[in-house]
Amino acid sequence: MVAQHTDPMPAKRPTMAVAPGNPERPLMILAAVALVGLIIAPFVVYPVFLMKALCFALFACAFNLLIGYVGLLSFGHAAFFGGAAYVTAHAAKVWGLTPELAILLGGLSAGVIGAAIGALAIRRQGIYFAMTTLALSQMVFFVCLQAPFTGGEDGIQGVPRGSLFGLIDLNNPYAMYFTVLAIFAGGVWFIYRIVHSPFGQVLKAIRENEARATSLGYDTAKYKLMAFVLSATLAGIAGGTKALVFQLATLTDVQWQMSGEVVLMTLLGGIGTMVGPAVGGVIVVMLQNYLATTTLPATVVIGLVFVACVLLFRRGIVGELAHRLKIRL
Amino acid sequence: MMELIGIPPQALFGQLLLGLINGAFYALLSLGLAVIFGMLGVINFAHGALYMLGAFVAWLLFQELGVGYWPALILAPLVVAAFGVVLERTMLSRIAKMDPLYGLLLTFGIALVVEGLFRHLYGVSGQPYPVPDALQGGTNLGFMYLPTYRAWVVVASLAVCLGTWYAIERTKLGSYLRAATEKPQLVQAFGVNVPLLVTGTYAAAVALAGFAGVLAAPMYQVNPLMGSNLIIVVFAVVVIGGMGSILGAVITGFGLGLVEGLTKVFYPEAANIVIFVIMAIVLLVKPAGLFGRTT
Repeated sequence: MVAQHTDPMPAKRPTMAVAPGNPERPLMILAAVALVGLIIAPFVVYPVFLMKALCFALFACAFNLLIGYVGLLSFGHAAFFGGAAYVTAHAAKVWGLTPELAILLGGLSAGVIGAAIGALAIRRQGIYFAMTTLALSQMVFFVCLQAPFTGGEDGIQGVPRGSLFGLIDLNNPYAMYFTVLAIFAGGVWFIYRIVHSPFGQVLKAIRENEARATSLGYDTAKYKLMAFVLSATLAGIAGGTKALVFQLATLTDVQWQMSGEVVLMTLLGGIGTMVGPAVGGVIVVMLQNYLATTTLPATVVIGLVFVACVLLFRRGIVGELAHRLKIRL
Repeated sequence: MMELIGIPPQALFGQLLLGLINGAFYALLSLGLAVIFGMLGVINFAHGALYMLGAFVAWLLFQELGVGYWPALILAPLVVAAFGVVLERTMLSRIAKMDPLYGLLLTFGIALVVEGLFRHLYGVSGQPYPVPDALQGGTNLGFMYLPTYRAWVVVASLAVCLGTWYAIERTKLGSYLRAATEKPQLVQAFGVNVPLLVTGTYAAAVALAGFAGVLAAPMYQVNPLMGSNLIIVVFAVVVIGGMGSILGAVITGFGLGLVEGLTKVFYPEAANIVIFVIMAIVLLVKPAGLFGRTT
């Protein structure tokens, strides 16, 4: 017989998340500086690249809500990101919805898929949770491959960006950029509020010691499911926004490789830090853009970064920095 | 010729055989995953990549050195096992005492590197591998035509699965292994070299994946991505069966292969997702898995 490892893991084992103490001020200063930088950025850097980076940064932050603050490793977040991209693209192109409604609909549908996948996945813990989410997201992939409205291998192309609230034409790259920036900032602010709410405190308690949270009277399954749905919805909003930016929804965004990429972004930036996943997302997008111009095999490089992160710096870039400076980022 | 519920028996039994073959691969791979998980507490995401590696080693042996199928059936798993020893000693052993999720992430990275490398070198198109002379042709059983090679795959994988079960459940080495799974420190204190046992277990389990790869080579084309889609289905198989039992893994593997084959006959649109649907149902009804002991 081969024994099955039982959860919850003993508290002595180093958990995946690191959250050093000390006040929030550095984080606020950093946020202000970053916002100013992002407002100036499109006049210096190619806006489409920035928009792509912001979409993935929000995606990674949404993913981090689960892994960093509840300790749940989802290996199926591509289903929400890519699934929402299809819904948003279809809503904007076929139903002619305005962009904000199309993105909202994408986010909501991701939340619904998230509720279904989450309800099943939280019935198992740890490693089984990861495998379950991966398998269920693969099911979403096959549905997207075969469903009549997704366009199979071609995806949905030529999605109109439309006019925001029917007023602002998003075909202007700057209008689109500031819309994306607003969505990103709003999403990150929302995650910050979740994490720092009483609800977020319970999530962290579950991460640290689920059995104890249960004994204190919290219905941990309900909290985990709620966090899962929130994370899926935000991932969906990121995916829907990306579909409008690139006017395209394809299978690439629902594939399991995408689920792996968002794990890497979060790990590289720093699991359980506020800004880490966003930084990781931007770095991975930059790396991919760079690799596309070389003959180096991108998958190999991404895989090596993955291995290096796990073996050498599990705190991630921002996590390491915060640890050294003894501040919270 | 009779027809069963409107399906010609040729098609029905043909798909059932294909299902049995897929089941053989699910069984071989989930068996290895279960053994590794028991010993190392790691879900080996690289298992699919190592299955692909086995097929590629066989193909390279044939292409570059003219080594045929039968020697490759031994050599390729040995090469994969050697690679496994390197992986375990240089990387996996370093994260042994950490959160098992790190093991998943590490082996995921390894899978990306191995697959990416082969894709870079050989492209995504499949490489053909000939069926060995002794196993060519087939037999007409009256109700269906049975290709000899396919029959061999089913028999060989069943034999290997049962052999593995025997080695773990009925031999002295197997008893050390089971003991070390439960209480490694105690077994170490009794004078058994547990780290060596861990390395050996990992090597043997990935050798099974390599063996499955060689079996697959003449049937499917040798393709750098052949393992990555398979591994996700195998994960679902593992969630359904639970990793508590060797025979459980084998039965679940073969059973789900058959179900998948039947789905291809009666409702082909759902063939890709039927295993995931079953997984969802099992999670609802019996979250610990069919053969699982605890959650």
